[in-house]
Amino acid sequence: MDILDIADLHHIYRGHEGETIALAGVDLVVSEGEFVAVIGRNGSGKSTLAKHFNAILLPGGGRVLVAGLDTREEALLWSVRQMVGMVFQHPDNQIVATVVEEDVAFGPENLGVPTAEIIERVDASLRQVNMEDYRTHAPHLLSGGQKQRVAIAGILAMRPRLIVLDEATAMLDPIGRSEVMSTILRLNREEGMTAVLITHHMDEAVKANRVVVIDQGQVVLSGTPAEVFSQYKLLEALGLDVPVAAKLSILLAESGLPLPAHILTAEQLVDELCRLN
Amino acid sequence: MPIKLEQVDFVYAGGSPFERAALKGINLSFLDGEFVGIIGQTGSGKSTLVQMLNGLLKPTRGTVTVNGLVTTAKGVKLKSLRQEVGLVFQFAEYQLFAETVAADVAFGPENQGVPASEIAERVDQALLNVGLPLEIKERSPFELSGGQMRRVAIAGVLAMNPKVLILDEPTAGLDPRGRDEILSRIRELHRQRGITVILVSHSMEDVARLVDRLVVIHGGQIVYDATPREVFAHGSSLKTYGLGVPQATEVLGLLKAKGWAVPEVALTLDEARQAIVRAYQLRRELA
Amino acid sequence: MSMMQQITLGQYLPGKSVVHRLDPRTKLLMAFGFIMVLFIITAGWVEYGILGLAALLIIYTAKLPLGMVLRGLRPILIILSLTIVLHIFSTRTGTLLFRLWFLEVYSGGVNQGFLLAARLVLLVLSTSVLTLTTSPIALTDAIEFVLKPFKRIGLPAHELAMMMTIALRFIPTLIEEAERIMKAQLARGADFESGGLIKRAKSLLPLLVPLFISAFRRADELAMAMEARCYRGGDGRTKFKVLRYTKLDFYAWTCFVAVSALAFYVSYAL
Repeated sequence: MDILDIADLHHIYRGHEGETIALAGVDLVVSEGEFVAVIGRNGSGKSTLAKHFNAILLPGGGRVLVAGLDTREEALLWSVRQMVGMVFQHPDNQIVATVVEEDVAFGPENLGVPTAEIIERVDASLRQVNMEDYRTHAPHLLSGGQKQRVAIAGILAMRPRLIVLDEATAMLDPIGRSEVMSTILRLNREEGMTAVLITHHMDEAVKANRVVVIDQGQVVLSGTPAEVFSQYKLLEALGLDVPVAAKLSILLAESGLPLPAHILTAEQLVDELCRLN
Repeated sequence: MPIKLEQVDFVYAGGSPFERAALKGINLSFLDGEFVGIIGQTGSGKSTLVQMLNGLLKPTRGTVTVNGLVTTAKGVKLKSLRQEVGLVFQFAEYQLFAETVAADVAFGPENQGVPASEIAERVDQALLNVGLPLEIKERSPFELSGGQMRRVAIAGVLAMNPKVLILDEPTAGLDPRGRDEILSRIRELHRQRGITVILVSHSMEDVARLVDRLVVIHGGQIVYDATPREVFAHGSSLKTYGLGVPQATEVLGLLKAKGWAVPEVALTLDEARQAIVRAYQLRRELA
Repeated sequence: MSMMQQITLGQYLPGKSVVHRLDPRTKLLMAFGFIMVLFIITAGWVEYGILGLAALLIIYTAKLPLGMVLRGLRPILIILSLTIVLHIFSTRTGTLLFRLWFLEVYSGGVNQGFLLAARLVLLVLSTSVLTLTTSPIALTDAIEFVLKPFKRIGLPAHELAMMMTIALRFIPTLIEEAERIMKAQLARGADFESGGLIKRAKSLLPLLVPLFISAFRRADELAMAMEARCYRGGDGRTKFKVLRYTKLDFYAWTCFVAVSALAFYVSYAL
């Protein structure tokens, strides 16, 4: 079954200065085990979209189904939120407790999980994000990447079916970003956790199975990373980047080197170059 | 406005059980009109270092001399020093406080005691310098987008007409276009007004294409102080410091390892492209 | 970070002593009971001597540095001296000790003044020992437990405890943030130190406005993150850390009852 099934989703923000259309008919399906990256400029609507995944926002038009459950049905609200875990941008503003393990326990506590099982889940989740050595630490003394891993553990402890990272790497330094990325990649590849990554870092999007490009509240491009990043002119017009290796290979092709399309990483580029001779 | 650091040590929370040396024996100088990049891991001491340059922090040992003034000397006017050396903090939009953009940008020059007529001029100039339209002057800074707020904050420092501009991670959290807009403005400021720019960055790509000189700091010590080309030739040791090289350089490094006749370092994509095309043609001729 | 690492919140001193290991509810209720006893028994040096000895014994068992415990008395020094001075000059019982111009000092006044001061000192000591040996989180749990019976009359026990937890969690973050904003404004030539009262109050705006805005933004985002993690108040919530009484608590209560009984006996039966 599809974990996420979004059809013709609309969202309008109403402020004092009139209406802003944030989403104008988005269709998106995420299946079990997928790793989907959603990229777009700041203000493109990608974060608004993410907030529809777990009913923080409700559709102004169209519908969002989470494992078949309609997010507009109030009675299903907590089931939806248990199934879709969300890691937010600001590492500090999503950690509730003063001790790491207590924070990880926060979700299961809210769900009414029995104490013995909470303890098991906290242990397991901290191990999954490699933070078991920090279980009694105070969160404010951790690095940004560590805080986000604690946040991920807090989500895992709720046993969700989908993890959404809503620009969760935007405020981190390169080391923090790679910590979070390798954590989520491992969860996806080794444990089959379905994940959606909202980002504007192209080198992160490259690692997904599928990349969805959002602009002005609409999906403008969708496909494998190789397919999407071969459209570098379109992406640049949208104010987005292309991974450096992809761009370099396009430049080289333009200079007459018979390189294939769909190169994404430095290693791929070098392999292809060596194959030319 | 030359700045010179001699044998600078800095210790946080000295004498307490939390004592931690943030800088150790730093010798460094910045000359007029330079464009210098500083790179280092989080916690390497680079934020401490830049706060030394305008007297926000004073060295535990050693001296910092700004334009002939020693920051630790008695009776030194730190306030005037801070006007000459403008410092833009990371996530600078969080310092905005005034009701309008214009009032916020005017805060610095007002503290300097600049006459009102000149302040208006400086505000306009600063906003134009960061590429913001003057129409937003009367708007609340809190209604703007993140990238615009960041630029208002930078304008607030520029309006003080500093001779040295220090930017700590000015593009953190911005999307690619927001990042490019800010960086190209900074480059223009450096070229047109000739001010010294010190750019603290996590992005090897950014420093590679912008700065003339690159300082690498690790564990509170300076490990490299040279041109980006020279620094990025030390890819493997940069990795041990938790840093890296620009991807263009990485590609060349991998090719070189496979026997291609390419230089070690390329700072821009275009440079890498030319080097690879040349090496490719050479290989075809040989083959 | 620099300033933050030096601040110990709620002045908790981590340790593994018997006192540290007591259930926080035991400690909270005992501190409360101690204060009750202190106020019920008649003021007298023998009575206060017994309680004081008990307090010293607890401090010794908890391995708390005496200097640190006494430092907790510093904020009430003024109240202490006022209590003593007022009683010395206003109580006119016992024998006249000496006369200073129109002020007369009686032995009863001196006795009364110092007794009341001793009561205050004991009161503060009992709460210091509580906060020094109990982590803020444990204390919050204990408060939630103790307040639970009052839920029926509308006291939001869980919500209060949650608020305390969040406050404890965000105080260091906000102090750090204040420090950062202050530096940013100093870099723009701000002056937080000179000028008169009004000028100084006004000069704080560039610090306070961003701090408030950020605090509200944080509150907003935190609320959203909590809801996303299925937080919906205290109903149906289970606990990760369940408080459990042990034998230690039983022994502690036995000691407490014994000491209180002794104090009452001295106070009323003798």
